[in-house]
Amino acid sequence: MRPHEKLIFEYSHPGRGASDQWPEEPPSSATADLPAQLRRSDPPALPEVGELEAVRHFTRLSQLNFSIDTHFYPLGSCTMKYNPKACNQYAMLPGFLGRHPLAPESHGQGFLACMYELQEMLKEVTGMQAVALSPMAGAHGEFAGVAMIRAYHRSRGDLARNEIIVPEAAHGTNPATATMCGCVVREIPVDAEGDIDLEALKSAAGPSTAGIMLTNPSTLGVFERNITEVARIVHAAGGLLYYDGANLNAILGKVRPGDMGFDVMHMNLHKTFSTPHGGGGPGAGAVGVGTRLQPFLPIPVVGKEEGSAGNRYRWLSEKDLPQSIGRLSGFMGNAGVLLRAYIYMRMLGREGMSQVGEYATLNANYLLARLRQSGFDVPYPARRASHEFIITLKRQARELEVTAMDFAKRLLDYGFHAPTTYFPLLVPECLLIEPTETESKDVLDAFVAAMIQIQKEAEQEPERLTGAPHTMPVRRLDDVRAAKQLDLKWKPTAQS
Amino acid sequence: MSDVPADLQYTKTHEWIRTLPDGTVEIGITDHAQHALGDLVFVEVPEGGRKLALGEPCAVVESVKAASDVYAPVAGEVTMGNPQLASQPEAVNNDPYGAGWLMRVRVVNAASTPGLMSASDYRQLLQREGD
Amino acid sequence: MAFIPHTREDVEAMLAAIGVSSIEQLFDEIPAALRVKSLAGVPPALNEMQIGRLMSERARADGRPLNFIGAGAYEHHIPAAVWAITTRGEFYSAYTPYQAEASQGTLQLIYEYQTMMAALTGMDVSNASLYDGASAVAEASLMAVRANRKSKSLRILMPLTVNPHYRKVAVATAANQGLRFEEIGYEPATGCLSPGALQKFESGDSTALVIQQPNFFGQLEDVDALTDWAHAHRMLVIAVVNPTSLAVFKPPGQWGSGAGAGADIVVGEGQPLGVPLSSGGPYFGFMTTRMEHVRQMPGRIVGRTVDLTGKQGFTLTLQAREQHIRRAKATSNICTNQGLLMTAATIYMALMGPVGLQRTAATSHARTVELVRALTRVKGVRSAFTGPFFHEAVLQLDRPVAQVLQALTVHGILGGLDLSVHYPELGHALMVCATETKTQADIELYAAGLGEAVQAARAA
Repeated sequence: MRPHEKLIFEYSHPGRGASDQWPEEPPSSATADLPAQLRRSDPPALPEVGELEAVRHFTRLSQLNFSIDTHFYPLGSCTMKYNPKACNQYAMLPGFLGRHPLAPESHGQGFLACMYELQEMLKEVTGMQAVALSPMAGAHGEFAGVAMIRAYHRSRGDLARNEIIVPEAAHGTNPATATMCGCVVREIPVDAEGDIDLEALKSAAGPSTAGIMLTNPSTLGVFERNITEVARIVHAAGGLLYYDGANLNAILGKVRPGDMGFDVMHMNLHKTFSTPHGGGGPGAGAVGVGTRLQPFLPIPVVGKEEGSAGNRYRWLSEKDLPQSIGRLSGFMGNAGVLLRAYIYMRMLGREGMSQVGEYATLNANYLLARLRQSGFDVPYPARRASHEFIITLKRQARELEVTAMDFAKRLLDYGFHAPTTYFPLLVPECLLIEPTETESKDVLDAFVAAMIQIQKEAEQEPERLTGAPHTMPVRRLDDVRAAKQLDLKWKPTAQS
Repeated sequence: MSDVPADLQYTKTHEWIRTLPDGTVEIGITDHAQHALGDLVFVEVPEGGRKLALGEPCAVVESVKAASDVYAPVAGEVTMGNPQLASQPEAVNNDPYGAGWLMRVRVVNAASTPGLMSASDYRQLLQREGD
Repeated sequence: MAFIPHTREDVEAMLAAIGVSSIEQLFDEIPAALRVKSLAGVPPALNEMQIGRLMSERARADGRPLNFIGAGAYEHHIPAAVWAITTRGEFYSAYTPYQAEASQGTLQLIYEYQTMMAALTGMDVSNASLYDGASAVAEASLMAVRANRKSKSLRILMPLTVNPHYRKVAVATAANQGLRFEEIGYEPATGCLSPGALQKFESGDSTALVIQQPNFFGQLEDVDALTDWAHAHRMLVIAVVNPTSLAVFKPPGQWGSGAGAGADIVVGEGQPLGVPLSSGGPYFGFMTTRMEHVRQMPGRIVGRTVDLTGKQGFTLTLQAREQHIRRAKATSNICTNQGLLMTAATIYMALMGPVGLQRTAATSHARTVELVRALTRVKGVRSAFTGPFFHEAVLQLDRPVAQVLQALTVHGILGGLDLSVHYPELGHALMVCATETKTQADIELYAAGLGEAVQAARAA
């Protein structure tokens, strides 16, 4: 592959610059009124490069990445589906991009209409009674959800409820969130079929229970078949049910969390609703609630007043929601991301929503069947895949001394981004595979062929795996050294 | 099977305790624990003078894949944390029962320290956990 | 519809391989009672042409008024190359760089970003972004509690001159973990932190003092004296700064005097660095700190290392602090952050460089000075505060601001922010901002419009 790209600072020369981008040089009097003792003595150490140099550098950097636009990216629990270009193009219309967040509502009815309609569509597909859009990521939405649960119990004088029940296979954000809300985590086991251990749940649920946080389908890639009973047990003990929406893609249009008994949920708009992952965000973690938690929604929320002259949209604030858990965002959340989700949902329409769940599930079950037929082991052989499934490589680890990590790294050489590795922690040497609905059968077949080939290599030439990747811009990286010898920013050396 | 010296005491959270000639105890993590964590990149030990309650998290051992709390197996006052570990956390991996000691503690009430097990009991625990 | 490529033949072959006769059969583990009956509340599908038309109409409806509002979101020129590159599929549709060898583009870019932010703020180390400036202040408060070994308190001193939305977010985020935010008043004459208001905290135990510079009003605080005061009383300093302003002002790493000088944690809103206003988001929060606190810092961090041939490479590091490993004991629950915006900011900083950023800052300030001069020539309009300000200022009017702003919108002008919601004690106070994007003609238009609005109200 191509050689690596220098750091931008290594292109820098004093006096260079993209001067077409700069304002005219202001007279020195422009800043004469600023106190001398507050002024900078040296200019900030930013690189000095011309425009073409910068463009070339960052374009070449982009070419070192795998992305959905270039590679199959079956990361379990991440829902790496196609990000439609239309969503980006229309969210970036100048009228939307140039609008100040504090502009009056009279100059925002177009934008606010999109936000209101998004709230309504999300309510409909989740079976919730109200939606707030401001949390800026899934984890942020989780925080809002657990904070609302706490606020609800407090408002009823039920101060003893500070425990959040979490299945042992839960995503790390769940217990981290519980702690951030001042709660204590109680883990319960899942049984051999991947369902929650109902007896353990009955013992764990009681007067200290604030709620339970669940994903359904679970992080094990299977549907929680006893969900109705789980809801009954937790509600009977006085707790509430929180739905982690990370796996909503499996059931979109087929089952609704509100109908399963969940009281509150977050949605990952950057997963299920196809807003871009961006190399690590921005996401959007909209929250939905049933009527019990409606008064506690984080502000702002979009409201609508119907009038003779048509609809008027406005922001609802603390005055309208006096019991709100408060403001979680400087303005109203990741507005541009929300616009992209709106466009995507309008393009899918009601017909498209159910197709998402159907084809995501078809693709996952097809891939599961083909991989099993090719000799790979699965931890839950009697279960249907949801939109994702796990294979375990513990037999290969034992017999051939190659790990799930080795398989993952070798897949990169075959032109596939690796699936999620070592999550959930419950299954040793696992790969969590989620193809999504936007992949064709050809791509899935090619992936299976690669896995079969890599298994052969594991048997005959394991160094191909343990030394992988061989064809990436870098070979396997030393993360122990990265953590021990912390090099977190570039420093000029004597020569440069 | 990991190394389990016969002359030490152990906890079920994989700490070991050695009684020193001056009556203080030396504490570390076992060979099983260091192996499970992988190469350590950072170790945080308590300062001398810190008072510890039984079971209180008192140190952190961090590898690339995990960061674990170490729980005080005894109650008492820390006399010193191992100063070598700031620059050489790998001492815990290379010599977990020797140079990789974490801290020394003056025990408050030597008689009543529950939860300590013998080497053979700890070895059985490891077998049950599949080591 | 739904971007699904399958043909009927594909579906049949796939069902056969699975051993079922229909897609519906794949849902047979799900109780029938839970199945959705209808999604009537979702409108029918639109094709791309139709959605394009709808969105164009809605965008057009909101108009393109002349904007003089700041208050935490600033309109600056953004070079075309910034978003042309940021929206490349390889950046736009990539995931978090967990598989480092397949993500060297993103990882190296983050390393470059970390370097630039550390330099701009005068600190040792940066993370890879937080959600926004407001949540960054909340995270900084939580971090200060973890990092301040000289204090056992959960009390954070929070001046009223810090952005009111940031203060609200800090409370909403951190109160559940027991943090308490004490409000510190400001001097009505200068709009700056009142040193007298700090005195009563000298004898107690507080973990940190938050200092916003320029403050929410645009006024300049005496950051050196405040930093020294905080350190003398065993508090950490959390600096909240505008990144453009750091091209002109000395960075928080140099605040204060003597040994141990400098802010301890620096945060702020990164939006001014190449991110469009877009109705308030997505933006990004930045956080930088001293090396000794790096393990307490939330968010992702990228480190440089080598691969097994000794070649330079980049990878996420110090992940043991984060949710996916530390779980309940994580420094924060943050997972997805604001990667694409950080990408845009890095490209912006490379294109602007030190000269471009300095000129942007200086020109924005000069325009605001001109704006204030032009507007205070209108009868009944005067400056609210004495003392130096930077690129934003508060004016006092002799009539309710809301009426005046309403009249200005008729002229297609967004005159500024009415402060009476957050600061009723300031009376009829209007906060205005002009950046390098405003011309002399724009300013004259505003002054004329204001003159008319005031006349009309007087006549009425």
